Amino acid sequence: MAEKEKKRSSYISGKESRRITRFNRRVTKKLEKDRADAGKDPALYTTRMKDPNNVVEFDNVCTYFFTDVGVVKAVDGVNFDIPRCSTVGVVGESGCGKSVTSLSLMQLLQRPQGQTVGGEIRFNMGDGTAYNIVNTPNAVMETLRGNKISMIFQEPMTSLNPVFRIGQQVDEVTKLHNPEMSDEDIKARTLEMLELVGIANKEGVYSMYPHELSGGMRQRICIAIALACSPTLIIADEPTTALDVTIQAQILDLLQNLKDKLNSSIMLITHDLGVVAGMADYVVVMYAGRIVEKGTADDIFHHPSHPYTIGLMRSKPVVGRKVEELYNIPGSVPNPVEMPNYCYFRDRCEMRCAECDGRYPPEIRISDTHVVSCYRFLGQGEELGYPKSVNAEEL
Amino acid sequence: MEEIKSPAAQKSEYLLEVENLVKWFPIKSSFFKRTVGNVKAVDGVSFKIRRGETMGLVGESGCGKSTCGRTILRLMEKTSGEVRLDGQDIFALTREQLRRIRPKMQIVFQDPYSSLSPRLPIGEIIGEAVREHEIVPPEEFDDYITRVMEVCGLPEYYKDRYPHEFSGGQRQRICIARALALSPDFIVCDEPVSALDVSIQAQIINLLRQLQKEFGLTYLFISHDLSVVEHISDTVGVMYLGSMMEYSTTEKIFANPLNPYTKALFSAIPIPDPDAQIHRIILKGSIPSPANPPRGCKFHTRCDHCMEICKYAPPEWNEVEEEHFCACHLYNDAEANERAEKLMAEIKAGEDAPAEEQEVL
Repeated sequence: MAEKEKKRSSYISGKESRRITRFNRRVTKKLEKDRADAGKDPALYTTRMKDPNNVVEFDNVCTYFFTDVGVVKAVDGVNFDIPRCSTVGVVGESGCGKSVTSLSLMQLLQRPQGQTVGGEIRFNMGDGTAYNIVNTPNAVMETLRGNKISMIFQEPMTSLNPVFRIGQQVDEVTKLHNPEMSDEDIKARTLEMLELVGIANKEGVYSMYPHELSGGMRQRICIAIALACSPTLIIADEPTTALDVTIQAQILDLLQNLKDKLNSSIMLITHDLGVVAGMADYVVVMYAGRIVEKGTADDIFHHPSHPYTIGLMRSKPVVGRKVEELYNIPGSVPNPVEMPNYCYFRDRCEMRCAECDGRYPPEIRISDTHVVSCYRFLGQGEELGYPKSVNAEEL
Repeated sequence: MEEIKSPAAQKSEYLLEVENLVKWFPIKSSFFKRTVGNVKAVDGVSFKIRRGETMGLVGESGCGKSTCGRTILRLMEKTSGEVRLDGQDIFALTREQLRRIRPKMQIVFQDPYSSLSPRLPIGEIIGEAVREHEIVPPEEFDDYITRVMEVCGLPEYYKDRYPHEFSGGQRQRICIARALALSPDFIVCDEPVSALDVSIQAQIINLLRQLQKEFGLTYLFISHDLSVVEHISDTVGVMYLGSMMEYSTTEKIFANPLNPYTKALFSAIPIPDPDAQIHRIILKGSIPSPANPPRGCKFHTRCDHCMEICKYAPPEWNEVEEEHFCACHLYNDAEANERAEKLMAEIKAGEDAPAEEQEVL
């Protein structure tokens, strides 16, 4: 019986499927039109930062994917800031929305299926104004990407173009954002960047192809490309996952040094708590599209409060800390198409209480820097309100 | 069965003994298919695993740890050396004998997405080899598969489903069930958890340990994640560029790593504690090509403690303390030093010799 019900839950009739397709087409068309309209008038996409010391403010960002099986709320009411000259680590398992958050900031979502349907992403331009990335037209985004915000991807093997020489690929970024620079200056700048990322044979590497370099060297090149225009924000999306431990240590060391040299901020996306502990000033823990806990590295690692964070820490073996059996978080992540209306973690949680059957818990500030979404802390701090979700049917 | 001669009627302490295993992959020239060089993936590796224990094999990618695991199971032919499972030389067996011994040694692969046939239901994936090797009589087949699945935490009704319906963690359980169904003695786990999320990793590691306790399995656990290896292994071997650098019990090797490479490797482990003060030894450069490994000690190009002798003479494999083996000139005794220096002198003399002679070589 249970088996039959399980089967039925993932079944979509032809009629239902057509309805979803019609709905998706209508909604995405409307959203695209709204975006185009907002992009025409600079007043609609320039705003002010709440706190001028932040580089980026995510304010209730909702990024949904309109798929053939229904609306997937990949990022649903995410709230956090990236202060100037600091490293913010975003931690979570695969599918928790950490990459989609960064793609929303870069406007690199797969459109029209992927849409930021609500909230604001404010990016500080440094001159008192700020752009609301959600409405910024593509032409303006092009001047930001690679210039003010740049990204380092997970796979250094696939993020470089195999048919162009390394030098050309680094030159390209500088040339695009500084069209007035002469070719000699650009080359000099590229060589300077290659030296900065610790490539000894810079003249040689300048005229090499990506396949001639090892994984660690390629990741260095990607970093050089990302840093070519001294961006104010570097998004590092799992920069070391594809690399070995020894190379990982090199790359993280390099990123940390360069951050201080260029006065940039880093948004470090990773699933490795060890990497975050070594790098980040602030940590954001995401689960199923929402932030469950955020605070300084000290808050998260020494006083983890959300059951998910605690479970995540206990499930990772640590060298020098011998345990007989690792803790495993029971169950699995809820289906992204049909999220429950109670706490997303309730069914896997071993600390649930009576309130957990109610609606999704509000964000509770338990110390100056530490915010957690869990009913266990109700009344122990200031309530910051519930995460704002957008009802997809009303769009 | 008598054709499988078992000289180890008296069971030895060690289930698996690997002696000087060498696996080279030839590099062919483009036209005449002449061998122009060798990629020395595994270059003289020796170790032993006790019954019911787990040996962790760690190293950077490309150091030959996976090749080593596969050659041990004779999924690839060796170049030289010896592998004995239960006293039986794996490479001396004929095809038919090898087929009979296969159920005793199994492997769990890294990527659960590509190691399951998309066209077979789960019951058949797990049961195929059981039927082939006649592990149980046909009438008990169904019950047996159900039992194996239950042990691995898979409910019975999954039997008729196909791999695409499962998540990564469940697929890895299926892979483990498939290996376990043949009631093996020895399982090579080739990075079984590196493709999985942290919380799922914990589930799989716990499952592997629980099965080991229940069935007395012996594992060769290949991984680059040192914290996982420390958790699961009884002994640990560290490989670099095809050679074993250090081998000891987990406690000894993590408490007191001897080889400079092991030290650097262990210092690079990220620790989830923002206040942890670690003295990181950051290695310069990257791993040299295994087709053209450095002469002498393979690690000398990146080593902090590189001496003159390291550039010429390969270090010997010696037991520095009880059950703690290490290949490094720093831990040579007087005799070994003498031999190494002699070798160095010979090589240096060879280099100074006229150029024609070198060409002949």
